[in-house]
Amino acid sequence: MIAGLDIGSRSIELVTLIDGEVAAAKKLPTTFDPVSQCFKLLDGLRPASLVGTGYGRNLIQRLGLDCECSTITEIKAHALGAAHLFPEARTVLDIGGQDTKAMSLAGGRVLKFEMNDRCAAGTGKFLEYTAGVFQIPVEEFGPYAMKGENPPEISSICTVFAETEATSLMARGEKPEAIALGLHRAIVKRTANMLRRVGLNFPLVFTGGVANNPCVLDLLAKSIGGEIGRDILVPDNPDHMGALGAALHRHHDDTANAR
Amino acid sequence: MPENTHHEMWEKLNMDLEAHDGLLEVLGKFYGDIYLSQENRLKGAEYLDFVLSEVHGLRIKELQDAKAEGRKVIGSFCVFVPEEISLAAGAIHVGLCAGAEAGSELAEQLVPRNTCALIKSFIGFKMAKLCPYIESSDMIVGETTCDGKKKAYEAFNEIAPTYVMEVPQTKSGAARDLWKSEVIRYMKAVEELTGVTITAEKLKEGIRILNDRRRALQRLTRLRAASPAPISGRDALLVNQISFYDDPIRFTAKINELCDELEARIEKGDGVAPKDTPRLLLSGCPMAVPNWKLPYVVESSGAVIVGEESCIGTRNSRDLVDESGETLEEMIDAIADRYMLIDCACFTPNQERLENIASLAKDVKADGVIHYSLLFCQPYSHESLKVDKRLQAEGIPMLSIETDYSMEDVEQLKTRIEAFVETLA
Ligand code: SF4
Ligand code: SF4
Repeated sequence: MIAGLDIGSRSIELVTLIDGEVAAAKKLPTTFDPVSQCFKLLDGLRPASLVGTGYGRNLIQRLGLDCECSTITEIKAHALGAAHLFPEARTVLDIGGQDTKAMSLAGGRVLKFEMNDRCAAGTGKFLEYTAGVFQIPVEEFGPYAMKGENPPEISSICTVFAETEATSLMARGEKPEAIALGLHRAIVKRTANMLRRVGLNFPLVFTGGVANNPCVLDLLAKSIGGEIGRDILVPDNPDHMGALGAALHRHHDDTANAR
Repeated sequence: MPENTHHEMWEKLNMDLEAHDGLLEVLGKFYGDIYLSQENRLKGAEYLDFVLSEVHGLRIKELQDAKAEGRKVIGSFCVFVPEEISLAAGAIHVGLCAGAEAGSELAEQLVPRNTCALIKSFIGFKMAKLCPYIESSDMIVGETTCDGKKKAYEAFNEIAPTYVMEVPQTKSGAARDLWKSEVIRYMKAVEELTGVTITAEKLKEGIRILNDRRRALQRLTRLRAASPAPISGRDALLVNQISFYDDPIRFTAKINELCDELEARIEKGDGVAPKDTPRLLLSGCPMAVPNWKLPYVVESSGAVIVGEESCIGTRNSRDLVDESGETLEEMIDAIADRYMLIDCACFTPNQERLENIASLAKDVKADGVIHYSLLFCQPYSHESLKVDKRLQAEGIPMLSIETDYSMEDVEQLKTRIEAFVETLA
């Protein structure tokens, strides 16, 4: 059994493969004690190799497991996962808890990538934080925003300033749904630019937790001019793509060696 | 790092002893983590370790001794300042570092916050009384290579004796004339400072000494084309950094010894990293001591650095001064011409740099290039886009990194660089 563990800033995902097929996929919040969260995810499992990815990928060395441990970056992991499910993929967009990444692919390999700078502007954290201002769970934020019309322009994608901006727009009497839509548009605008910089080609695979947000998906399709389901593909569990890719990395190595 | 033995000397230099001790402690730890932890290191690296461990100690003592004999110390920040002339007047020429964050907050009283880390660092070092080289300098030579520096020297002049050379921004005939007149003006200033009249004989000697140093560095650059890489990029960067501080004759001898060792290594097929390790060229802004962050991150990410297209790298050693001149006039022309070949991003247009990077990348057999610009450095940030395009045409992948001296983005850098290395593997 091969296990892929994606240790992100928000959540940790585990995917296990047996003979190249997904055997299990689990997820837990990262919390302040990611190591014990990893143990919880791995409970009862005895993988022969473990591949870590994500921001906390090096934590796997600290788990003290007696299996073979290695790491790859989340950029490679998401690319591998996306290319596995959609071999025709040319571009991958991953919006996770604290990072946004865009990669162009050729034959399943990363050609070029872009990643946001040090701050969390325009990432999942941004949505989570601003959803808090509206006092709704982040999962409902997308559907909520989709009810908005005539969104006001949000000039800042800085997580902290956007909150201030949203609050002052509310004070000015703007409809909250419209403000929410404006916030989603701000993320998409930034993301679309990043995609163009790596050379956007369809089909694009959208991964990471934010791919679950229907409003972001819809606005993205409008912004880059692609059709959802044909040009823009979202895997069933977009947030498990990193863990899947990590496990696949090892699986590919094994099959290459077996040959 | 040096012990209290040098405290008295530092005190005389009017340095802030407590802050300086703190700096040395951090530096020592940093050096240990980044340098001493390397495996399979060269024997010649002992010289590097020694020079660095005594960088504020014995070397400063040498400067003080020379000063006691009446010689002058000239500090500079840029490879444009013609060291040949300083040497010809018997002065000691040192490159001032500016590679640490210490003092940067103080610097924000004199220069804007959004200024490159290098500028904030040299101003901060002076304000915080941390640098024995600045304190030992009888004259500090600035240059007008970028707007940030241009204005920064105005502020710096208020706290340290600063002489500024006007470096042109194009390579036209008129620009070359201006530069030659600046070289002559510098010569006069150095003569005035030292009380020495520069003769053809002395200048010839200065040219030879520095060409020898460049030849040793060129030899090192060539040897790094070997696969597996015979020396780590960190050590090679250190060699380049030390070339600015140490006595040029001693340095040249030591680096040639190091190169002999490298040759023997290459002969045996020995290297610092396995043969299939991705090879990277670093390109862009200068990396002053102790700015080792990026090379360290790169070489901890499964890659090896095989060249530095930087002022603290090939830009400082690639071109020699023509040695055939006999008269003072001929030699000044040769010096002016040599320095006009520098492909600093401050020039417009600056096509040479793009060609030089592409050919260097091929010469050292780099699999990819990391372009490094300091945050808020306009010239190099702009050129990073052009370099990327030029390298794409050659089929050489490039990653652009913008950062400063702080450690807050290390994890981000790791992800970016590891991912880049993955695409090359
Ligand atoms: S980058 Fe330009 S200005 Fe800076 S040290 Fe190099 S030559 Fe001088
Ligand atoms: S790094 Fe850039 S901005 Fe800073 S001094 Fe050098 S050229 Fe100027």
